[in-house]
Amino acid sequence: MNRIDALFARLKNEGRRALLPFITAGDPDLPTTAALITELVACGAHMIEIGIPYSDPIADGPVIAASYHRALERGTRLVHIFQTIRTLRAETSSGPLTVVPLVTMVSYAIIHRRGMDRFLREAVTAGIDGLIVPDLPVEESEGLAHQAMAMDLRLIQLVTPTTPRDRAIRIAQSTTGFLYYVSVAGITGERKALPPELAENVAWLRTQTVLPICIGFGISTSEHFRTLAPVADGLIVGSALVKRLADAEKLTRAQVVQDIGRFVAKLASALNDIDAS
Amino acid sequence: MSLTSPSESTGHQLPDALGRFGAFGGRFVPETLMDALSQMAEEYERAKADPEFQARLDDYLKNYVGRPSPLFLAERLTRLAGGAAIYLKREDLNHTGAHKINNALGQVLLAQRMGKIRVIAETGAGQHGVATATACALFGLECTVYMGEEDIRRQKLNVFNMKTLGATVVPVTTGSRTLRDATNEAMRDWMGSSRQTHYTIGSVVGPHPFPMIVRDFQAVIGRETRAQCLERFARLPDCVIACVGGGSNAAGIFSPFVQDPEVELVGAEAGGRGPQAGAHAASLSQGRPGVLHGSFSYVLQDEDGQTQGVHSISAGLDYPGVGPEHSYWKDAGRVRYESITDAEALDAYQATARSEGILPALEPSHALAQALKEAPRLGEGKVLVVCLSGRGDKDAYEVARLRGEPI
Repeated sequence: MNRIDALFARLKNEGRRALLPFITAGDPDLPTTAALITELVACGAHMIEIGIPYSDPIADGPVIAASYHRALERGTRLVHIFQTIRTLRAETSSGPLTVVPLVTMVSYAIIHRRGMDRFLREAVTAGIDGLIVPDLPVEESEGLAHQAMAMDLRLIQLVTPTTPRDRAIRIAQSTTGFLYYVSVAGITGERKALPPELAENVAWLRTQTVLPICIGFGISTSEHFRTLAPVADGLIVGSALVKRLADAEKLTRAQVVQDIGRFVAKLASALNDIDAS
Repeated sequence: MSLTSPSESTGHQLPDALGRFGAFGGRFVPETLMDALSQMAEEYERAKADPEFQARLDDYLKNYVGRPSPLFLAERLTRLAGGAAIYLKREDLNHTGAHKINNALGQVLLAQRMGKIRVIAETGAGQHGVATATACALFGLECTVYMGEEDIRRQKLNVFNMKTLGATVVPVTTGSRTLRDATNEAMRDWMGSSRQTHYTIGSVVGPHPFPMIVRDFQAVIGRETRAQCLERFARLPDCVIACVGGGSNAAGIFSPFVQDPEVELVGAEAGGRGPQAGAHAASLSQGRPGVLHGSFSYVLQDEDGQTQGVHSISAGLDYPGVGPEHSYWKDAGRVRYESITDAEALDAYQATARSEGILPALEPSHALAQALKEAPRLGEGKVLVVCLSGRGDKDAYEVARLRGEPI
C-alpha cells in the first residue's frame, strides 16, 4: 500500500491529523537535508514534503525562492537529491522513517526536461510516494496522473481560494493521495492572519470528496493549527521552517537541524493537544 | 484601413481552446492564476467582438500613438548592403518610441473593461514599462512595474520616465536581476492580486491567453505593412525581418503574412558573445522545448530543467524563453530564426545611424544586421521589410559605456 494512503488510513482510525513539514532539498546541503528528514520524523512529522529547487518558482514567496536559489548555487542536482533520498530509505530498515511518506514539490519544467517516465521511475526507486506539481493545472496533468498511478505514485493537486467550485470538484476527482488546499490567494510565505472564510471553504470541499484534505501556504503558528485542525486532515508548514535554513550561514548544520526540529516538535505537540481534546 | 479587427484578417485559427499552437503554449501556472486567466480569455473574446472596443482602440492608436507608422525606404542602407530594397517599418516613431505601446494600450483598455483598478507589468529594456505607465496615466489606473536591478542600471532613462508618469518601479534583486526575474516577480504579485489587478505582460510569452492577446494587439504592425506594400508595390514584400526576444514585434509583423508562402519570414535572435551556454539569448536556435513562465516553448535550460543564464547587449532580448507561437512557426518551418551577435548588432546600429539618420534601439539593430546579410542574397528588385521596433535613445548610455566614451 502506498505510504500516503496508509498514513491517512491510520490517522483516521486514531482520530488524528497529519503534520507535514516542507524543506528544500540541498539547502544548505544534501547531508543536512537527510539529517533534517530524520530529525523531523523523530520530532513528530507524519510526512515530509521535499522541495526540489527550481530556478523560477512563481508560486513561491521570497523565503522559499531564496532557499531554492541557495540550493542551486551550491550545485544541487536532481540525481543527487534522488540519491540522498534513496540512501536514507535504504539505511532505514526499522523505525518510523520506514512508513513516513515522502512527497516532492517539483516544477513541471524539471519533470518535462527529465522526461516524465524517467523522472517517475527515479522517484519511485528513491522511495518517493507522491508528487505535488504546482505549475501543472488539472487541464495539463492527465498524462502525468495516469503514469503516476501506474507506478503507485500519488499526484496531489491543489485547490485555491480562487478556484471556482465546479473546478474544485474536477480537481478533487483527478487527485490521488490527498487534496492540497491553498489557504490564501497568493504565494507561499508566513501570514499573521488567514482568510476568515478558509475553514468554511475547506468544510465545503470536505462534502465533495473522500480524499484527505491538507491545508498549506501561510501556516506557521500553533494558533493557526487550532483554527484549522478541526476542518483539516493535515497541516503543511513550509516557509516558517525554510527561513531557519538560511541561518546555516551563521550556525552549524547541527544547530540548524536541532532548531528546526524543536520548532516542529512544538507544532506536533500543539496538534496532539488539539487531537486529544 | 482598419487598425484592429484581429483574427479574421490575419487568418489565424491558433491557438486552440487550451491555448496551444501545435504542441506549444498552454497554461503551466499555479492553480491560483487559472481562474484569472480564464476570465481574461473570455473578456478578451467579448472585447474582440465588440465594435465599440475596437473603435476606441483604433482611435487611440491613430490619434495618440500616431499610427499608421510609415514604411520608409532606407536608400543608403540598401546601397550599403547591395541587393534587395530595405524598407523600415517605423515603430520607433510611435508615441513612447517603440511597438510596445500597441499592446500596452490594448491591454490597459481591456483591464479597464474588466473593472481592474491596478495594472502590473514586467519590463526588460523599460520600453514596455514606459508604455504601460503611459497607458495607465492616460486612463488613470494605478501602475506597478517590476524591473531587474541589472536592467535598471542599463536603462536609467526609462526608469526615470516611468516614475515621472506616476508608476511605481520595483527593483528585482533575485536571480539574474533581468527580465526573467522581473517576470517571476510580476507573476508572484498577480498570484495575490488578480481580483483587482490586471497583469499586462509585455511579450507573446506566458500562459494562454497572453501570447494570443499580445500577438493580436501587435498584429497592427503587420496589417499596416501588408496594406502599405500592396499600395506601393501592388504586391507583398519578399522578406520580412524582425528581432526576437520574447517575440512580440516579430509576432505582430509576421502573423498577417503567415498564410502567404511567398513572403519569407526571418527572426533575428540575440546571439550575444557566441553559442556557448550563458553567452547568448537565442532560445530558438540553441534551446529545446520546455516549460518557463507558464508556457511550453523553446527555452534555454540545463539538463535538470533549470533556466540558464543568458546574455545580450540588448536588455529587451535578454530572455531565456520565447513566445510559443514562434516555436510553432520554427518547427513548422514557416519562419527561419537566425542569431546575430552583439558585435553585429552594434555595427548595424552604427550603420543605420550614419546612413539613414536613424538611431535604432539595440533590439531591432539585430534585425537590421540580419537584413544586411539577407539583402544581397535576395538580390535587386526584391523588397525586404525590417521591423524597426523602437528608437535608440534609451541605449545611448549603454553604447557609450561599451565604447568607453563618457556622456
